Amino acid sequence: MRKVAVIGAGMTKFRHRMLETGRELSFEASRAALDSARMDIKNVDSVVLGSAPDAFDGLHMKGEYLLDGAGGSGKPYTRVYVGGGTGVFIPAAAWWHVASGVSDVVLAVGEEKMSPLQPHPQYAFWSIFDQFLERPLGVTLLWIFSLEMRRYMSVYGIKEEDIALVAVKNKGNAMDHPSAQLPMRITVDDVMKSEPICTPVKRLDVSPTSDGAAALVLASEDVARKYTDDPVWITGVGWNVDTTFWTNRDLCYPEYVEKAAMMAYKMAGISNPRKEIDFAEVYDPFDYKELHHMEGLQLAKRGEAPKMTREGITQRDGDLPINPSGGLLGVGNPIAAAGVMKVAELFWQLRGEAGRRQVKKPVHRGLAQAWGDLMQVGTVVIMER
Amino acid sequence: MGRSHAGRNRGDYGEVMGMENPSEPQGTALTPDEWRGKEIFFRNFHTKFTYSWDTGVAIGHFLEALKAGKIVGRSCSGCNRVLVPPRMFCELCFRPTDDWIDVLDTGVVNTFSISYVNNDASRREQPLFVAVINIDGASPGMGFLHLLGEVDAEQIHVGMKVRAKWKPAHERTGAITDISYFKPSEEL
Amino acid sequence: MINKAGIEQYLYASFGPELKFGRWLIVSKAFTDKLVGDIGALLLDDQVAIVGIGYSGFSPATPSQSYKELIFDAASRAYAECSVNPRKDVGSFVCCEEDLWEGTSITDEYAPDQLGAAQRTLCTLSQDGLNGVATAYMHIKSGVASIAVVESHSKLSNVLSQSQVREFALEPYYERPILSDGIPVAAMQMRRFMHDYKVAEEDIAQVVSKNKKNGLFNQRSSYAADVSVEQAMRSPFVWNPLRRIQVAPPADGCVVAVLASAEKARSMTEQPVWIKGIGWNSASTSAESAVSSEALYAKEAAKMAYKIAGVDSPGSYFDFAEVDDTYAFKELQHAEALGIADMGVSKGNTQADAPVPINMSGGSLSLGDLVEAMGLVRLLEAVQRLRNAERKRSKGLKRALVQSWRGIPSSSGAVAVLGVE
Ligand SMILES: [Zn+2]
Repeated sequence: MRKVAVIGAGMTKFRHRMLETGRELSFEASRAALDSARMDIKNVDSVVLGSAPDAFDGLHMKGEYLLDGAGGSGKPYTRVYVGGGTGVFIPAAAWWHVASGVSDVVLAVGEEKMSPLQPHPQYAFWSIFDQFLERPLGVTLLWIFSLEMRRYMSVYGIKEEDIALVAVKNKGNAMDHPSAQLPMRITVDDVMKSEPICTPVKRLDVSPTSDGAAALVLASEDVARKYTDDPVWITGVGWNVDTTFWTNRDLCYPEYVEKAAMMAYKMAGISNPRKEIDFAEVYDPFDYKELHHMEGLQLAKRGEAPKMTREGITQRDGDLPINPSGGLLGVGNPIAAAGVMKVAELFWQLRGEAGRRQVKKPVHRGLAQAWGDLMQVGTVVIMER
Repeated sequence: MGRSHAGRNRGDYGEVMGMENPSEPQGTALTPDEWRGKEIFFRNFHTKFTYSWDTGVAIGHFLEALKAGKIVGRSCSGCNRVLVPPRMFCELCFRPTDDWIDVLDTGVVNTFSISYVNNDASRREQPLFVAVINIDGASPGMGFLHLLGEVDAEQIHVGMKVRAKWKPAHERTGAITDISYFKPSEEL
Repeated sequence: MINKAGIEQYLYASFGPELKFGRWLIVSKAFTDKLVGDIGALLLDDQVAIVGIGYSGFSPATPSQSYKELIFDAASRAYAECSVNPRKDVGSFVCCEEDLWEGTSITDEYAPDQLGAAQRTLCTLSQDGLNGVATAYMHIKSGVASIAVVESHSKLSNVLSQSQVREFALEPYYERPILSDGIPVAAMQMRRFMHDYKVAEEDIAQVVSKNKKNGLFNQRSSYAADVSVEQAMRSPFVWNPLRRIQVAPPADGCVVAVLASAEKARSMTEQPVWIKGIGWNSASTSAESAVSSEALYAKEAAKMAYKIAGVDSPGSYFDFAEVDDTYAFKELQHAEALGIADMGVSKGNTQADAPVPINMSGGSLSLGDLVEAMGLVRLLEAVQRLRNAERKRSKGLKRALVQSWRGIPSSSGAVAVLGVE
């Protein structure tokens, strides 16, 4: 297994609706990442792209359409796809291109343009459900999150106010992110009083739909050392998919996230994640998911992530900063691009380049995680400097 | 295009977006007025895809049973579970399942939500009650998604006992909607 | 891992600082023998083999099974061939599928159970099955897995709007307003190819006749027929110059392949089929490049695979080839790009006694179009043929070339070099 470094990162703005096409967004992010690595596309051996459902952009074989924008023309090019988990999975896929010895330099691109679908991007999510058992009920994606949130709250006795603290923190953190779509200073009260969508989920518990792209440049050790004195290493990757039958699982705890994390921890030689991980970008399309995932990642004991949040441990100046970027709740949620944004945040934080977002404590090991499908996929990347 | 592209200045690596001294990230946000108005060109495209999915053995039998007014599961002697919804293979044991088992049309609310939106994100006039219902007679935790009815929002709770409200036999078509909803089976 | 860094690391670990003495190393015979032996073992260990392959379906329709049941069937057969328990032994599962062919968004949700992959390391690629093989290959090479599974399937019989789905793949702003299906793009590509390479109608009819007849000897072919060149030339046009009989009709089916590291492979099967080389590539997606007469993606993918496998002259290296023939002219175009037939020879090369016989299975024209599963279908045909030849101790068939293409409007494809030695 070869050592793999990240040597560049870039992203576009994340916005509800953007002028640029998906190809153009992919290009902007790819170009920014290559520029930051001081590289040109001719230095790139292969390209990995990720993007969530084809239905958003209104394109079958979306990966083929995005090819030119992502710098894949004339190169080995692969589109990977694990639902919402795709974003963090893209660098994992780029990692195995380098680790296996097949490529020395890989461009990893996440793109999402959700806005074309009318009347609302949410509509695409109807078609993710079982065609016999669930679609005839008129199901929405929001149902299953609210069902999971309720289960999590009821098993561990967690209050909506505790969960709202996550939205307050992340939207606040996003005030310092130049790409952010929903930076806001809000209070728990604002979240509690926001419009109910699917109880217990309220408007401010949810991340927005977004357009945007983000990209990374990965390289083998010898190449990385040529281009930078300051490479950041990917030391662990993990992924896991649970059974399709989500109504047969106890939704209070994400076992697949635990299993994905364990794969990555084993690779990185981590035995006590709570002590050995300095900060984390945890998947937060809904505020309760940050808590749920911290527990799956073994960064909090079961049911205790809300307590850590209440005590300020997960703030930027806390002992275990979570989502210093502002997360999906604050920066925005162009699905696959949002996951890449999280890994880019690890890159910037570890190099001390996060500017006003820089966490207070010195950091040398960070974790990014995403989650997807029918509450089913866990993807994890661990980076070190 | 109604708007010129956001300006850029590249070439000198020092000027690109390092987040330390963030220059403006690329990308041009559209305002609601811009995309609702005539300032930007759009191409509209409507399409309709038609599929005719084979139910296969497991779901086919499940739907047939619903039409007959009952719920069926499959047993697996590898892990001694009764699986609902049924499948012809057990995902834990990776072996074919063994027998058809009639389970009950009653169950317990595992978790629930009250939905104020439709699946296109538009607001509903009347909220909809949705739940995962663990089915009696199946192994613990085995259930499926359905709706709740004949109940007030405040009365619904995790652990509530419910019973299927079937459509009249002549209206049943062999679909999950042959059960109209689940309703409380005990005095609330 | 065999690469420059790996060998340097190995040398350093074996000899330590002696290497730094100067430009010349004086070593004993025992020393060099050990070196050669160890590097040989490393090289061998580095190989990846196909140890099991199973399939189901291969029919215009499969109404008695859901896609899940179809996959369970194919997977069970693949696992049985090499005595693998997917719940314990497999380190990575890779599925290749596209949402619109399934009628389900985020269709990877429905992938794990029927493969025995629930709560295991599974991922999905929106690619052809042969790209899945490349990914599994990298998983083995990077140490993620020592045994990896690749799955892809087609339930095209359930897709009533195949033409609309193909339309949905076209560029939305300047292609879709003009074309309402991908097939005319294939027809234009065919015209340009025939023009540039001076290919006659008869040459393409020859491909049709050969593949349809070859299929008569293959139990898996749904569309085999005894078709003469003359009959093939009388088939009606779909989009001139493309004739109906030159287009592979849709079929259902599933293929599951089990790959293993060299260390594992030898204990799992007596007949490992080695992946000597693998490559994949995408040219540009714009309409202009889609009508280019050269299959650049196949050329570049082959270059990558040949480099890994050490193939210098493909025309004499391979004993046979399974090459994409979704549209009959594509077989000629791909054979050219793969370097197994320059255009002058290709007409003869499509015969069974040619130096590199192409599509002895009958190809897509006989087996049908199984969309993203097609790469694995061609892999299956090549693996079966290599194993059969070995079993019969016939000397002729030891090295095979497998190539796939993702179809209109893509210019993406993959190539694998297989061998039984
Ligand atoms: Zn079982």
